[in-house]
Amino acid sequence: MRSKKKQKSQELFVSGHRACPGCGMALAVRHILRATGREVMVVTPTGCLETFTSPYGYSPWRVPWVHHLFENGPSIASGIAAALRMQKRDRIRVLVIAGDGATFDIGFGALSGMLERGDDVLYICVDNGAYMNTGGQRSGATPLYASTTTDPPGKLSPGKVQERKDLPWIVAAHNVPYVATASVAFLADLRDKVKRAMSFRGPRYIEVDTPCPSGWGFPSELSMEVGRRGVNCGLIPLLEICNGSLSKVHKISKRIPVEDYLRIQGRFRHLFEPRREQGELNRLQGLADEKIKTYGLSRGADEPS
Amino acid sequence: MKISIGAVVGGGSSLDYQTGTWRDRRPVVKQENCKACGICEEVCPDGAVGPRDGIFQVDYFFCKGCGLCARECPAQAIELLPEEK
Amino acid sequence: MRLEEVMEGSEAVALAVKACRPQVISAFPISPQTHIVERLARMVSDGDLHAEYVRVESEFSAASVVSGASLAGSRAYTASSSQGLLLMSEVLYASAGMRLPFVMTGVNRTVSAPISIQVDHQDTVSLRDCGVIQMYVESCQEAYDAHLVAFKVAEDPRVLLPTMVCMDGWILTHSYERVSFLAQQDVDLFLPPFKPVNYLDVDNPQSWGSYADEDVLMEFKYSVQQAMVRAKGVIKEAWEGLARLTGRDYGGLVEGYRTQDADLILVAMGSMAGTAKEAVDKARRAGDKLGLARIRCYRPFPHEELWEILKAAEVVAVMDANFSMGSEGALALDLKAKLYGRPGAPVVIPFVAGLGGREVGIETVLEMVHRARECVKKADLPLEANWMGLNEALLPD
Repeated sequence: MRSKKKQKSQELFVSGHRACPGCGMALAVRHILRATGREVMVVTPTGCLETFTSPYGYSPWRVPWVHHLFENGPSIASGIAAALRMQKRDRIRVLVIAGDGATFDIGFGALSGMLERGDDVLYICVDNGAYMNTGGQRSGATPLYASTTTDPPGKLSPGKVQERKDLPWIVAAHNVPYVATASVAFLADLRDKVKRAMSFRGPRYIEVDTPCPSGWGFPSELSMEVGRRGVNCGLIPLLEICNGSLSKVHKISKRIPVEDYLRIQGRFRHLFEPRREQGELNRLQGLADEKIKTYGLSRGADEPS
Repeated sequence: MKISIGAVVGGGSSLDYQTGTWRDRRPVVKQENCKACGICEEVCPDGAVGPRDGIFQVDYFFCKGCGLCARECPAQAIELLPEEK
Repeated sequence: MRLEEVMEGSEAVALAVKACRPQVISAFPISPQTHIVERLARMVSDGDLHAEYVRVESEFSAASVVSGASLAGSRAYTASSSQGLLLMSEVLYASAGMRLPFVMTGVNRTVSAPISIQVDHQDTVSLRDCGVIQMYVESCQEAYDAHLVAFKVAEDPRVLLPTMVCMDGWILTHSYERVSFLAQQDVDLFLPPFKPVNYLDVDNPQSWGSYADEDVLMEFKYSVQQAMVRAKGVIKEAWEGLARLTGRDYGGLVEGYRTQDADLILVAMGSMAGTAKEAVDKARRAGDKLGLARIRCYRPFPHEELWEILKAAEVVAVMDANFSMGSEGALALDLKAKLYGRPGAPVVIPFVAGLGGREVGIETVLEMVHRARECVKKADLPLEANWMGLNEALLPD
């Protein structure tokens, strides 16, 4: 039953976009715009989100939206914010919604510049942990030991040997008003964080874990489940950092071992087959343990088995 | 139709694009079990399920069959059936 | 009302930009552009120029900030040179494709490696493909005037392309000249406030920067070419309009200097053309029928105007302060492409001169003329460009 005209008029990110079925990023964007409302302008650098929302003639964005290049999302946003201020239209807020490739890697310099200048931009990174748009190549956000096409596990390698770049803290070191990490598996929390970010002026950053069925290798109906497990095992802490200091954390209600998160994703299959790579699994569990300890994510004395 | 200056496109124009042809599974709402909690509407990345005409139903023009609604429904009120072509 | 002062070329540019009332300025410093952007910063800091000045961390971001400002409907300005211009190149291609009308100054400087801060046209000429309009000026006065024209042309609905005023680094930016400038009310008359044709607007949400497949991409690129072609008329109109206010007429897209009865015509752009004019005068005093065609608008390439000026001459000597490695100087390539096959077209002898700040004096120009005439006399037309003043003793084996 076609419903083109019956689409809710308040929906700011409508149907008909070409995201993969089950895309965590598309889901996140729907909720981000619910939280911001329509008085925003959105910049999206090159990546999955840009590609699946902008084939010529078909756009799901019901807010002004621009894709310019890959490495300049922050600077395009700075330019828009400067113009709005001069035109006395800065009631309208400026957002960047960018993937991890643009944020952690190629646009990192521009991001730092925007943060350092104090430009009034809310930068949201929708993070699927690789350059998924082009087939899943490794990025600075790819988790430790994940398999990507440019850093695949093989006879000589267990996959990515570097830990993820800890971008929220790098951003926080620029002393910006608000930094948060969120997950598409916790939608109300995501919306709250976006709303809270909108209450500040100046540069703000939210990093959203957005599971990717195509790239991470799991059935599309499990996007929320995978996201939940990432948070509940401790690898994906949900934090808020204000003016450089940790201000709030989401406590894990039911902690699970890291393995429960890794096992259901194809990108970590090599840690279990053809044989268990116990060293790597221990190291990942250790990472999770460390984050739970550092951020105080535990509710009680429940330890992983 | 003439191309626009600078390839600018009208907002919301994706509503003309039928993504429903992608499906190989079809979610069906079992109305008798539906509690109208709204979680299916919340978790659909495509805005293809939600309240319309008083009941929660799937918009098959757009639904890609990802299955998130069925998986997340707390009342197990959505069944995933194979899509008949 | 006319005002006049002896000033540094960079100051003339800053004055012109200020008078055009940009709302957003963004730049990353690079010699020899720095004095322009420093003067603008001082003006903003003292409240003489009401604009947002965004101090970016790279030229990529500078070009991006003005692109963003333009997208949001503001008049915007940036400037760079050499390495910085090349770093902007991706942004310029994209912004031309998205039809964003900001203005920039390309302060000419050679391109690494080896690194040098001295002048030639390699930097801006390297950007000739991207869809940015390019005008080249000979003097500080023309630099002032050209920036006013640049905003008017860029923002014209028939054009809507980024527009660059190219001026020789050091020679123009750091030298002092008596410059006439207009009162603000006259500039405002010439250049009304920016009325964007289309811009980011919450009341009309649109999406910019689509990806286009093979069914429409060629048409998008062609429409940029169409805008370039239309720009020729718009640029001419704008200069004529300014001339009515200033009394200064530079001669259109191509200035013909003593070309009417010339049998050999030099072709050049930038301040080098000023030296060439001196050479023409000297030659003329000796009875030599020499002329100069100074290209003032390089992109779009004014081949119709060039044809009108050059067709009566037998020989054209092109002076390129740039080189396309593996081929020739860009002006020679552009010119030969448009003269080829036209009945009565003059022969074109290509020269390379002035790379990396190598002095191009009157005697160098006259030597070029002499060599060109020798080639024609001996019916020995060179396929390779002649590099003037090359010290062959320095070349490795």
